[in-house]
Amino acid sequence: MRVPLSWLREWVDVPASGDSATDADHVHAALVRVGLEEEGVHGGALTGPIVVGEVLDFVEEPQSNGKTIRWCQVRTGTTADGEPEVRGIVCGARNFMIGDLVVVSLPGAVLPGPFPISARKTYGHVSDGMIASARELGLGDEHDGILRLAELDIAAEPGTDAIALLGLDDVAVEVNVTPDRGYTLSIRGIAREYSHSTGASFRDPAKALEVGEGLGYSVVVDDQAPVRGRRGCDVFVTRVVRGVDATRPTPRWMVSRLQLAGIRSISIAVDITNYVMLELGQPIHAYDLAKLSGGITVRRALPGESLVTLDDQTRALDAEDLLITDESGPIGIAGVMGGASTEVSDSTTDVLIEAANFDPVSIARSARRHKLPSEASKRFARGVDPLVAEPAAQRVADLLVEHAGGTIDELGSAWIEAKRPESIALAEGFVDRLIGVDYSLDEVTDSLGAVGCKLKPEGDGWLVEPPSWRPDLVDAPSLAEEVARIVGYDRIPSELPVAPPGRGLTRSQQVRRGVGRALAAAGLTEVLAYPFVRSADNRLMGGDDVAQVRVANALDAEQGMLRVSLVPGLAAIAHRNLSRGLTDVAVFELGHVFRPEAGRTYGVDAVPFGTARPSDQAVAELEQSIPHQPWSIAALFVGDRRARGIGQSAEESGIADALDAARLIASVAGATLRVESGSHPALHPGRTAALLVGDETVGYAGELLPQVALDRDLPRRVGVLELDLDRLIALGSGEVAATSLATFPAATQDLSLVVPVEVPAGAVRDAVVEGAGDLLEHAELVDDYRGAGLEPGTKSLTLALRFRAPDRTLTAAEATEAKSAGIARAAELFGATLRG
Amino acid sequence: MPDTPQISESAVESAVEAALAAIAAAPDTAALKAARSAHAGEASTLAQLNATLRDVPNDQKAALGKLVGQARGRVQQAVAAREGELAVAEEQARLDAETIDVTGIPARRAQGARHPLTTMMEQMSDIFLAMGWEVAEGPELENEWFNFDALNFDPDHPARAMQDTFFIDPVERHLVLRTHTSPVQIRSLLERELPVYVVAPGRVFRTDELDATHTPVFHQMEGIAIDKGLTMAHLRGTLEHIARSMFGEGARIRLRPSYFPFTEPSAELDVWHPTFTGGARWIEWGGCGMVNPNVLRAAGIDPDVYQGFAFGMGIERTLMFRNGVSDMRDMVEGDVRFSQQFGMVV
Repeated sequence: MRVPLSWLREWVDVPASGDSATDADHVHAALVRVGLEEEGVHGGALTGPIVVGEVLDFVEEPQSNGKTIRWCQVRTGTTADGEPEVRGIVCGARNFMIGDLVVVSLPGAVLPGPFPISARKTYGHVSDGMIASARELGLGDEHDGILRLAELDIAAEPGTDAIALLGLDDVAVEVNVTPDRGYTLSIRGIAREYSHSTGASFRDPAKALEVGEGLGYSVVVDDQAPVRGRRGCDVFVTRVVRGVDATRPTPRWMVSRLQLAGIRSISIAVDITNYVMLELGQPIHAYDLAKLSGGITVRRALPGESLVTLDDQTRALDAEDLLITDESGPIGIAGVMGGASTEVSDSTTDVLIEAANFDPVSIARSARRHKLPSEASKRFARGVDPLVAEPAAQRVADLLVEHAGGTIDELGSAWIEAKRPESIALAEGFVDRLIGVDYSLDEVTDSLGAVGCKLKPEGDGWLVEPPSWRPDLVDAPSLAEEVARIVGYDRIPSELPVAPPGRGLTRSQQVRRGVGRALAAAGLTEVLAYPFVRSADNRLMGGDDVAQVRVANALDAEQGMLRVSLVPGLAAIAHRNLSRGLTDVAVFELGHVFRPEAGRTYGVDAVPFGTARPSDQAVAELEQSIPHQPWSIAALFVGDRRARGIGQSAEESGIADALDAARLIASVAGATLRVESGSHPALHPGRTAALLVGDETVGYAGELLPQVALDRDLPRRVGVLELDLDRLIALGSGEVAATSLATFPAATQDLSLVVPVEVPAGAVRDAVVEGAGDLLEHAELVDDYRGAGLEPGTKSLTLALRFRAPDRTLTAAEATEAKSAGIARAAELFGATLRG
Repeated sequence: MPDTPQISESAVESAVEAALAAIAAAPDTAALKAARSAHAGEASTLAQLNATLRDVPNDQKAALGKLVGQARGRVQQAVAAREGELAVAEEQARLDAETIDVTGIPARRAQGARHPLTTMMEQMSDIFLAMGWEVAEGPELENEWFNFDALNFDPDHPARAMQDTFFIDPVERHLVLRTHTSPVQIRSLLERELPVYVVAPGRVFRTDELDATHTPVFHQMEGIAIDKGLTMAHLRGTLEHIARSMFGEGARIRLRPSYFPFTEPSAELDVWHPTFTGGARWIEWGGCGMVNPNVLRAAGIDPDVYQGFAFGMGIERTLMFRNGVSDMRDMVEGDVRFSQQFGMVV
């Protein structure tokens, strides 16, 4: 809501410092204290000298660029000796005549932009100033030519200060109106709030005029299908003004205020309705009475009805739309937009004014349905004071008579069936107990009185009747807020509450923190990608038939799916780093993935309505209505794991880094990973490891399929890992049972076994471990040899073995016996032979 | 042995001098070993002179014996001293040989880093954990009831339309990407025993295009406390504590009246600190208020017995004015240089 200060001052006393920026700051500060957030200042961005000028003469001079300019002699004042002060000014516009009064910006002036004016050489002359258009002065959008004061019905001596004359120094403060305070979408509401904040005296514009009796333009409200049980219209006031001249110019002060408030001037009739809406908060519609047929009926739309609205769009109407109709059919969507057929135009002489009050829900739905968020619907959706309709209709009629001629006709009506707001019981002490301040009784009653409530003592407190413009006051806490804000939030003291002893982080939270820290300590960088991906990304990671979640209103329809894997996001991030010259990238993300079950429908038919706790069954249904969203951890390795340096060669990253990181993650989760040869649609078929805990697969590590990497403009080799962190944590041990350490000497032996090349090394090691039994403390694969000296199709795997007994020093014979048992198991499973 | 030396004071002295000269001249431990063997070994002059003692008349035996003994002692001492000197010199030579330019040693592995948003959420959580609060979590893809209805957002109220919600297809099934961390309030109140004191850090979603100050995916820190007798003064005390913990003892807070469907009264939270980016100033930090009775009712809690407060602040925003991040895009694009300037701290 933009509030021109000159307008605000009509209804509340605002100090004037002489500097509009200072005044704007003061008003902002006052309004912020009562809950209207500062958004900005409009207008006032111009400084003089800007004066009235009289065009004494001009010569038209065609230019080589095809334009014709006028070299004008303009009188801009009177010199000290009483002689006319005349300036030569170049003007590109041609909509004026000799003798016209115009507005001249003299050298030194600054117009909004900022656009400083100086005497400058142009088109072969020194132009000693500029003749301004309305738009250049911030007075409107019109730029068809320069502003002639005759258009504004203004006569003034050349040299008169045009800033004061035209009110160009007025500024508007813009405040953000929260959706509960619809009444502050008006000068009336803002002036009242300013008075709450400062104590300045407030004059209610709704009570500043005499409201005449409306005797009867036929209006029928017939709502056969109230939305959510609420009648769509409970106030409908009409006034008729006959004999207006719709072509009369809108008064300059009104155009200026509308402009400052952010509303374009259209015609005198429309401008007046907008002006009154801004002043009183009551949306108004004006009809050309001659185009109406018969009386007005307010009703819901009938099947198949449509309406051409003011913007010349044909709109198919919905059964829920509340309509204004006459005998010809619909003439407007109530509270949203009028129809084209009854619009006022230049030829209109008789005007029917409508000021009505419509149900917020009905209007909000219609505005959303037809995508017509108008100034009117915005106000109705937030609630309009039902008692302001009558004064507003009168104010429009009065302004029409004053500025467009005509007379108020007896034909008008006022149908007012607005319900009084429900009274609220407020116990004494309630406000103190909620806010934590010892308010005096006077502070409570005075604050509520100031905002317009009527208090009646009842029981141990009061029965409070909110004012008609405050539909948001519905319960005791909402009254407590009024007291707290009118007295001021700075009265609230500071007190630290004492919570009961907490249990600290959950194990899952501890593990996730630990994983993040461990990976960062291991040289990886954490990133946070958006969860929005292409459907193809999800199919690549989860298989062609992967179930996916689609965002209905994605910002980028291409990337409208929620990720089933973190890897595509990491790949995009790796590419972004590469494109910025960062070639060695090891990144990880710890985040949610979205894994719906195939074929299952999520969501609910309807959400529970009302303020009571839904049944246990309904709560359970809500909790189960969303797809599985586990925590996932993924990492990507591109380029070198170790950079080239003095005495150090570069080392390319790949699957080994992915496996290392996976083991690190598992160790933080208290789990031991088993590595098996695996497969994944996005991974290199020969470089994919399945990662298991026990028999459950919890993720994979490997390298991207080279084509997948190249498609993303990544190098051919990209290490990758992804683990279901929730499962890993569930399978990991939260608590370790320690074993005592054997301290007898160890016996170490190497072992080389020849096996067919396709036998996995890990399986051979596992076989040896299994066969050798408890005496084998540790077995490490240290070599994989293929080539000379071996049968083709075989390889020699070397294991470094460490044996130890818990209770004695092992003999070499015992160690060899255990080793032989290991060899025997490997031979049994894989035909392994001892390398000769 | 060509001729056996005749023992005498001068013979002993000259043998000692020869030995000391050879020891002093030894350039390294090998040469010293040779000198020792030559001048103090079995075949050395001193050994031979010692051997002749048995032929010396008894009245001279003691004096000459002492002379030879002292001589051998002097030689042994000289050897030991020279040995020490040579060991020091040789160790020094090795150290010299092993010297490298420490300013040119390459990194064995890259420096990693955490994302400062994560670090900041952990840091803020820790402040609450220290007061006995717990950290609660909830899903990012949420049912509308948790995100709106239970939080007292009427389906037709303009506040609901203002949330710029991402809806899940098909929209009639009432699923959304949560627009705030507030649904965790409801989940916590439904799941936990009263009193409840929890914070909920997490990701939230709004349909804003990415630019320098907006991102469709961002992070919030929600807090809710429901107990008997909690007031808006407790809200202020809690917010003041977190502000001082996050920004320094000089931090001040200010509450401004505002509106949120799930709190009544509601307030905007401003924070002031001299070190903020752009200087000492008030900055809007979050929203807060006393939990609306309708929210408690939706969770089955009697608002006549329990009341409490809730608050929420943006993490990206905090990082911007606290740490001087000037462009939202730096936080979301994943350029590793961004996280790396923070390392493990924020």
